[in-house]
Amino acid sequence: MNLAIHTQNLGRIYKIRGGKKTEPKELEALRDVDLEIPRGELFGLLGPNGAGKTTLIKILTTLLAPTSGRAWVTGFDVTKDSHKVRARINMVSGGEASGYGLLTVRENLWMFSQFYGIPSKEANRRIKQLMEVVGLGDRLNTKSSDLSTGLRQKMNIVRGFMTNPEVLFLDEPTLGLDVGASRDVRRFIRQWIDEDHFRTLLLTTHYMVEADELCDRVAIINEGRVLACDTPANLKRRLQQDAIFKMEVSPLNGLNVDSFEGLPGVRKAIHVPKDGTAELDLILEKDDALGGVVNMMTSNDVHILNLHKREPTLEDVFVDLVGRSMEEVEAGEE
Amino acid sequence: MYTKIRTFRIAAWLGWQIESNWTDPFLFAVYSIAKPLAGAAILVVMYSIITNKAFDTPIFPYIYLGNAFYMYVGGVMTGISWAVIDDRERYKTLKYMYVAPIHMPSYLIGRGVARFIVATISVLITILFGVAFLHVKINLDAVNWGLFFVSLFVGIIMLAMMGLMLAGVTLLIAQHVWFIGDAVAGALYLFSGAIFPLDVLPKFLRPVGYFMPITYWLELLRRSLVGSVAQAFPTLAGFNNNQLMSILLGLTAVFAVLAGVIFYWCEYRARERGLIDIVTNY
Repeated sequence: MNLAIHTQNLGRIYKIRGGKKTEPKELEALRDVDLEIPRGELFGLLGPNGAGKTTLIKILTTLLAPTSGRAWVTGFDVTKDSHKVRARINMVSGGEASGYGLLTVRENLWMFSQFYGIPSKEANRRIKQLMEVVGLGDRLNTKSSDLSTGLRQKMNIVRGFMTNPEVLFLDEPTLGLDVGASRDVRRFIRQWIDEDHFRTLLLTTHYMVEADELCDRVAIINEGRVLACDTPANLKRRLQQDAIFKMEVSPLNGLNVDSFEGLPGVRKAIHVPKDGTAELDLILEKDDALGGVVNMMTSNDVHILNLHKREPTLEDVFVDLVGRSMEEVEAGEE
Repeated sequence: MYTKIRTFRIAAWLGWQIESNWTDPFLFAVYSIAKPLAGAAILVVMYSIITNKAFDTPIFPYIYLGNAFYMYVGGVMTGISWAVIDDRERYKTLKYMYVAPIHMPSYLIGRGVARFIVATISVLITILFGVAFLHVKINLDAVNWGLFFVSLFVGIIMLAMMGLMLAGVTLLIAQHVWFIGDAVAGALYLFSGAIFPLDVLPKFLRPVGYFMPITYWLELLRRSLVGSVAQAFPTLAGFNNNQLMSILLGLTAVFAVLAGVIFYWCEYRARERGLIDIVTNY
């Protein structure tokens, strides 16, 4: 198979220096990651903050050395042939305002194009075209320091696509963008990958909808390990036999997640307290198990305000694999 | 080779944009003139007080020219090494440079070109000021221009190599140690015969100066401009110009090899430790 990205038992351990009174620690950011991503695929890495997504991207883009295992991009080893890898890739990190503020948008982009050896005339054509696509056609001569963070991010997205790389790495590309801009970016990403089946795109996100909407395949990653890897449809199909309910209820009056998970037929329960009410997501083995839940609530004077059955989402798959929602995992990290 | 030239050219352009665009052109011009003159004025006032205005002794042009050309040391070395911190911490572009298919040493040296140009302007202004107002006697007919330009060229290459070493070290340090370039330049100021002959130093410290190519470079520049005055000091009087040039070339070659080894080792360590895109200006 013609693989754009291939990893074997890839691992990364960070050594964290201790203070005067504390011992140095080791943090395992990636553990035994095996991935095979063929050319032409839009592949998503889905996981909470701190799951290891950015670490994986850093290794694949030659910015960081792995501590174990190996990785190849477009067939070249990322540690031994890093120069060959760099000639074929590009990367954009979301949520940051990078770029030379003293230069105009056009100058920033032109400069990077020159580092990639793109002829000046062609570079200017691509810059103009892509800036129109992201809605910044009228800001070419604006100093980048005068752009908002969101607009700078769009400029950076153009920087990534402008070089027409064989493999593009997008690390949380819509982080910090407003809803409309995120939608535009997602549409453009899909269009870019569909235009040429030789292009490959690896995208990290912690937005479930983004992964579901965009990606051909998704790897769910948590605590440095890939827990599942398949198409979004197949991942959700894992829960097809389950019944998934979303309830809005009055405060739980002493009941908790364990109370529900102790009931027969209840596989997972997620409780999200709201202002004066609570949300309860339930993954049940069968519809019948709902009766036990309702009975427990009734006997504890918990009122059901809203109840509906829904199709499984990638969030449910994550909960099923990890045992906690992504929000809970991120809150735990903090 | 094409990648190296391309990288150098664009990096030099970027460096100049950053160096010259931080304020309006008038203020930039005033700053470029006032800064070296202020530096020279401090030195002249100190010299005047210590020697009771003995401007006609050979030591004055020795100090004045050494000090003027030393501006290149800080300018070139710091210009190259500072680009690492500037890109990594301020502009957050270092990781994108590292992901791009560029030759990183050429990029960093290219970024130093702007500081070289600014330093050249400063050196010129300082020397012109000295000749016009402070009795620094340079007989243009007696200047050995060939020696001057060859020495200057080799010296700038040597300083670029030292800057590359510092850039490598800078990859491994946090932003709050930004002064490392100035600190190194400041330390070498004392050991390279810039402001006083090496004989003034205690015996055990002199070998530091003898190992520094900057020592021979400054001596050659002085000899090319004011030959008889420079030869009045015993430190390197036993060497003729060809011998000094050979030493300078030899040490430059040694420093070039060292620069390559140190830079790539530091880069390797930075990649191992995940420091290339770290932000430390918290």
